[in-house]
Amino acid sequence: MTESTGMLARIGRISGIAILVIAAMIALGPLLWTVTTSLRTPAEAFSNPPQWIPSHPDFSNYAAVFDRIPIGRFFFNSVIVTGLIVVGQTITCTLSGYAFAMISFPGRSVIFGIFLATMMVPLQTIIIPVFVIIRYLGLADSPLSLVVSALGSAFGTFLMRQYFMQMPRELGEAARIDGAGHFQTFLMIYAKMAGPAIATLAILNFSGFWAEFYRPLIFLQSQDNFTLPLGLVGLQGNLGTGSISVVLAGVVLAILPSVLLFIFAQRYFIAGITAGASR
Amino acid sequence: MSAVTAEVREAVVKRRGHPSSHGEARFGFAMIGLSVLFVAIFTAIPIVASLGLSFFSWDVISTPEYVGLENYRRLFTDGPVLKSFGVTLGMALAIVVLQLTIGLGLAVLVNQRKLVWVRTLFRTAFYLPLLASTAAVSIFMGYLFDYKFGVVNYYLSLLGISNVPWLTSGFGAAATIVLIAVWQQIGFTFVLFVASLMSVPTDVLEAAQIDGAGAFRTLFRIKIPLISPTILFAAVVALINAMQLFDQPYIMTKGGPGSATTTVTIQMYQKGFQNLQFGYGSAIAIVLLVAILVITGLQFLAARKLVFYQ
Repeated sequence: MTESTGMLARIGRISGIAILVIAAMIALGPLLWTVTTSLRTPAEAFSNPPQWIPSHPDFSNYAAVFDRIPIGRFFFNSVIVTGLIVVGQTITCTLSGYAFAMISFPGRSVIFGIFLATMMVPLQTIIIPVFVIIRYLGLADSPLSLVVSALGSAFGTFLMRQYFMQMPRELGEAARIDGAGHFQTFLMIYAKMAGPAIATLAILNFSGFWAEFYRPLIFLQSQDNFTLPLGLVGLQGNLGTGSISVVLAGVVLAILPSVLLFIFAQRYFIAGITAGASR
Repeated sequence: MSAVTAEVREAVVKRRGHPSSHGEARFGFAMIGLSVLFVAIFTAIPIVASLGLSFFSWDVISTPEYVGLENYRRLFTDGPVLKSFGVTLGMALAIVVLQLTIGLGLAVLVNQRKLVWVRTLFRTAFYLPLLASTAAVSIFMGYLFDYKFGVVNYYLSLLGISNVPWLTSGFGAAATIVLIAVWQQIGFTFVLFVASLMSVPTDVLEAAQIDGAGAFRTLFRIKIPLISPTILFAAVVALINAMQLFDQPYIMTKGGPGSATTTVTIQMYQKGFQNLQFGYGSAIAIVLLVAILVITGLQFLAARKLVFYQ
C-alpha cells in the first residue's frame, strides 16, 4: 500500500468515527436535555443556556407532577392496559401460531392467508368501524376497549408460527406415541421451547402499546381513564408554558419503564425489528 | 433422513388422512379460535365495514343513509382534504428517503467498527429515541424547537443565526416534523441494516478486496446489492408508517400553521370523530388505504429492477 492511500484510509476512518459520534450526540441530546431540565427549578427551566449537567438537581418537579395531575392514575391505567394486552396476545398468538405451524386442519392455509392479508391493513383505515364496535360492546370510554380490540394479532400469530415451524416434529410425535394428548404435547414440549419468540412478541407489544397515543385519543373521553401518553399531552395543555420542568418530569417517568426494559432485554427488542424482515 | 420421512409422512397424510385427523382438526380449530375471533371482529370485519360505511351518510346517532358514491365525489372536490393528501405524501417521502439513507450510512459506519462494545454503544444510542412514545417526543421536541425560548434557536443564535420559525411557519413546521420523525425512527432502519450487513458473506468481501475494489466500490457494487431485499422491506414498512403520520403534527402543531401539516389522518380524525361524519371519514380512510397500496405496489415494481435476490 502506498503512503497516500494509507493516509486516505486514515482520514476516512477518522471522519467515519466523527460522523458516528455527532450522530449519537444528536440522537441522545434531546433525551438528555429532557432529563436534566426535569431536574431544574420551574423558574429557570426555560432559561438558556441549558444545563447539560444539573449543578443542583431539584427533584421537586417529580413530586409536583403527582400533586398537580393524576399521573399516578394514568400510570395505573397504562400498566393495566399494556399488561393485559401483553398477556392476552401472548396466549392467543402462541395457541394459533402453534396450530398454523404444527396441526393440520381443513382450511388452514386459507385462514392463514386471510391473517396475512389483514397484517397489511393500517390501523387508521379501520379505526371508525372498530370504534363503532367498541360502542356496541358498551366499552366506550373504558380502558378495557383498548385491551379487547388488541387481543388478536395477525402479526403475532405469524411471528409465533415462524418459530414453531423450525421445531422438530419428531418430539411431538414421540410424545404422542407415549400417550400425551394434543394439548399436553403443545404445552409440555413446544410451548416450553418457545420462550425466545414469546419474549420477542411480549416486548414488541409492551413497547408498542405503552407508547400508544392514537387509539386512546379516540376511545377515551374522561381524564380518569387516560393512559400515560394521552394524559401527558393533556398535562402540557393544562399547565401552559409556566413550568415545563414539571411536564418533562412526567415525560421522563413515562419513558423510564421502556428504557429499563431495554437495558435488560435489548436482544429481544432487536429480534423484534429483524423478525419482521423475514416475512 | 428426517426430511425424507417427513415428506413421506406428509404424502401419506394427504392421501388417506392422518390416523387421528378428526381429533387433530378439532384441536386445530380450538387452538386458532381465540385469534380468529379477535382478528375477525377487530380487523377483518372492520375492513369490509369501512368500505361499506363509505357509501353511507352517518352521524352515529341517527340511522345510516345510503348515498352511493357521494362521499367519494365530495372527497375529490374537497380542497383541504385533497391538500392533506399532498402534504402527507410530501412529508412521507421525505421521511422515508432520509430514514433510509441516514440509517444505511450509519449502519455502514458502525459495521466497520471491529469492537463489539463500540457497536453496542452506538446501537443503543440510535435505538433509545425509539423507546420514547411519539407523544413524549412531541412534547419535548416542541419545547426544544420553540421559537423564542427553544434550545435549538439558542445555539443557532450563538452562531449568529437569528431565530428560525421551526414550528410557526408552514414549510418550517412540515420540515421540523419530518426531522423529528426521522430522529425517532432512525433506530428501526439502522438496526435492520446492521443485521443485514453482518450477513454479507466475508469471502465475497475478501474476493473484492483481492481484486482491488476500494471501500466505495465494495459498498455500492457488493454490499448494497446484497442487502437490497432488506432495503426494500425497510422502504415499504417506513412508507406505510409515514403515510399514517398523526401523533407529531396533531400534538405539536394541530395540523398548522394554516393547514401546512394537516395530514390525511388528521383530516380523517376531524371529519370522522370531531364532526361525526363517519361515512365521509370512512371514504377518506379507504382512499388512504388505496393510496398506500398503490405506492407499495410501485415500490415492488421498482424493486424488480433494483433488488437483487440471491
